[in-house]
Amino acid sequence: MSWIIAACGVLLTAGAVLAVVRAEKGPSILDRTVALDIVVTTMIAAVALYAAVERRADVVPVLVVLSLVGFVGSVTVARFASVEPEGEGRVRTREEVAAEDKARREAEEEEERRRVSGTDEHHGGGAEGEVR
Amino acid sequence: MSWDTVADVASAICLLGGAFLAFAAGVGVLRFPDLLSRMHAGTKPQVLGLVLVLIGLALRLRSGGAVWALVLVAIFQMLTAPVAAHMVGRAGYRTGKVRNDLLVVDELTNDLDRVVREDDERPPA
Repeated sequence: MSWIIAACGVLLTAGAVLAVVRAEKGPSILDRTVALDIVVTTMIAAVALYAAVERRADVVPVLVVLSLVGFVGSVTVARFASVEPEGEGRVRTREEVAAEDKARREAEEEEERRRVSGTDEHHGGGAEGEVR
Repeated sequence: MSWDTVADVASAICLLGGAFLAFAAGVGVLRFPDLLSRMHAGTKPQVLGLVLVLIGLALRLRSGGAVWALVLVAIFQMLTAPVAAHMVGRAGYRTGKVRNDLLVVDELTNDLDRVVREDDERPPA
């Protein structure tokens, strides 16, 4: 019996780890939702396995709650999923973030220099953020 | 060999089957190329795998109240899994996550095209 339990545990763990890898890679938020749905289902199976091994009937309400919570999560995310620009759903590396910061700072400095040199000065106008 | 042993063996087989389906879903969701095929892989443990695991647990517990709660879990999952899959699939279609080159049949796009064409052809009121 014990090696069967061990095999079940290994299979469940491997499945959950693979799903988490997809949740990390997943190009869009919906891929991540599907992957995390699988993680929740695997968790339900793991809790059921524990209850079966220990013959504990008092964990069964946990299964009811988990099966409801997984549903709420994926429906909410699907409801608010929108069109993402290409590459938006990816976690950026430190170098990319640094390059973006540098480009933005240079653009700001350029703006500042143009403002100080007064090539395109403009007068008056409403206050910034004013509601007209 | 008593009935208890038989139930325990059947329960072990069911638990193994459910765990294998969860593993298959993990492999599928990692290796499949687009959202719809990943969803297809993900539904394996959501219904059949869960039902197998719950049958295994019920065979092991063998007490009335707990088994009814497990039936409740299975019914909840069968009611909610299609709703969640429908919502995810619809959001995926609308945000362009469906890869047309992998589809054999795409009835939704055909139907939407036909509706748009009929709208265009209708004489203005």
